[in-house]
Amino acid sequence: MAEEADDRKPLLSKKIDKFFKGLADAWNFVRRYFQEVFMPPFEFKELIHQCYRIGVESLPLISLTGFIVGIVFTNQSRPSLSEFGASSWLPSLISIAVVRAMGPLVTALIAAGKVGSSIGAEIGSMKVTEQIDAMEVSATNPFKFLVVTRVTATTIMIPLLVMYTDFVALMGSFLNVNANEMVSLTTFFFQVFESITFLDIWSSVLKSILFGFTIGIVGCYKGYNSTKGTEGVGRAANSAVVISMFLIFIEELLALQIVNAIRNM
Amino acid sequence: MKEKVVEAIGLKKSFGDLHVLKGVDLDLHRGETVVILGKSGAGKSVFIKIMVGLLTQDSGVMRVLGQDVEKLKTKALNALRLKIGFSFQNSALYDSMTVKENLEFPLVRNIKNLSRKEKDLKIEEMLDSVGLPQTINQMPSELSGGQKKRIGVARTLILNPEIMLYDEPTAGLDPITCMDINNLINEVQERYRTSSIVITHDLTCAKVTGDRMAVLLDGQFRSKGSFQEVFSKAEDEQVKSFYDYNFIES
Ligand SMILES: Nc1ncnc2c1ncn2[C@@H]1O[C@H](COP(=O)(O)OP(=O)(O)OP(=O)(O)O)[C@@H](O)[C@H]1O
Ligand SMILES: [Mg+2]
Repeated sequence: MAEEADDRKPLLSKKIDKFFKGLADAWNFVRRYFQEVFMPPFEFKELIHQCYRIGVESLPLISLTGFIVGIVFTNQSRPSLSEFGASSWLPSLISIAVVRAMGPLVTALIAAGKVGSSIGAEIGSMKVTEQIDAMEVSATNPFKFLVVTRVTATTIMIPLLVMYTDFVALMGSFLNVNANEMVSLTTFFFQVFESITFLDIWSSVLKSILFGFTIGIVGCYKGYNSTKGTEGVGRAANSAVVISMFLIFIEELLALQIVNAIRNM
Repeated sequence: MKEKVVEAIGLKKSFGDLHVLKGVDLDLHRGETVVILGKSGAGKSVFIKIMVGLLTQDSGVMRVLGQDVEKLKTKALNALRLKIGFSFQNSALYDSMTVKENLEFPLVRNIKNLSRKEKDLKIEEMLDSVGLPQTINQMPSELSGGQKKRIGVARTLILNPEIMLYDEPTAGLDPITCMDINNLINEVQERYRTSSIVITHDLTCAKVTGDRMAVLLDGQFRSKGSFQEVFSKAEDEQVKSFYDYNFIES
């Protein structure tokens, strides 16, 4: 009976149905994570392994990108500042831009591409080749072993990587400023630390935690629910990247609103 | 009559409008090997997945070692799963781990306080019993299909299961490797005194390893009995054609 009713529904309403079913599914996945993350036994060894892997996977690209962003952004901002004779403000401007927005965003987007896709592909292929089932029949909870460890690892590692990116970007910026304005390292970083506030640092860390969680959970969810076949694995990896990037931008926008509200209080 | 280790009664399972199992019954007695034959997509894998709780039936009862699988809580289900060795159709080796780590995985997670030496000994014993001691440090991607199957069997044997489930152990292998695997199944049976279910399309494998056959057709076990009983006087056209085609092919 239920199937007949389903057949008669127009296409659009079926699509909407599917969308909300997917949403409920994803919500349950997130809920399950929070249920299991605090429940022993803990998979510490696998967690450390995943943290290490995430670091190694994304460090080269993040170093390069952070450094270049620092240099380029400094170089591009100089003309407009010098127009007002304010090029001595460069370090302040750069530090605020890097710590508040660029560091977290650049890191998260790169990690979504590198780490998110590799998590999606890995778990997806474990799913379609029945490795997850194999884990389950050897009395290991695969959700705990695979999902909880990876999501926790990204949630821990992305904030650390963001701090690292901030540092590298500021170093890039320093090199540029040093070459053009002859500012010393101490003066540069004195100015940097003068202009960023506690609120900047806290909001950046909290935001990064959220980005990290998003990358991990989306990658795992897509992998865990990938359908049969190798094609499904590719699709899981791909949509893990697209969806987590999309969510990161939305979260960035929301965070911006919230932080601005706090700042104006 | 020997004790029943597996007892399936009126098992039904559908996926959407696809009715895969339409009320199947099967007993497995201690120490015997039952072979399940049937076409691709007949629901053979589904049947044994219900046995370990990877899937749940829509109706009917699946009793394994006296316990109703469907009603077990996580802990009891896991305890039961340790007594069942499940050798997957495509081996399902963890491909991020070496052969050694693959075998170690069920061991270290389920037996506490095992010394490194005991662990290594056990792993060596298992690899010897499947005849692949030299692969210990290789990755699954470096193994052939037949080797993967055997490592998969070793991984399930390492916890000394009472029941072994082999999902198409010989599919896609050459006749000589097939025979190796058949012998392995029989050896395991003798050495570890397991009761087994073997799923296969391959009648040689069925004949060599099985005490009893069960043919799954259209969601039901259409014919049960010894190899002779099922095939020599097969009245059912489909069961018969199963036999005929198999021998024309081989
Ligand atoms: N998790 C699932 N979701 C939806 N359909 C499924 C699922 N598992 C199996 N099926 C369907 O059930 C049917 C039986 O599948 P099963 O894997 O048991 O076949 P089989 O007898 O093992 O075949 P083969 O010899 O090819 O392995 C197939 O049509 C398959 O598409
Ligand atoms: Mg199958």
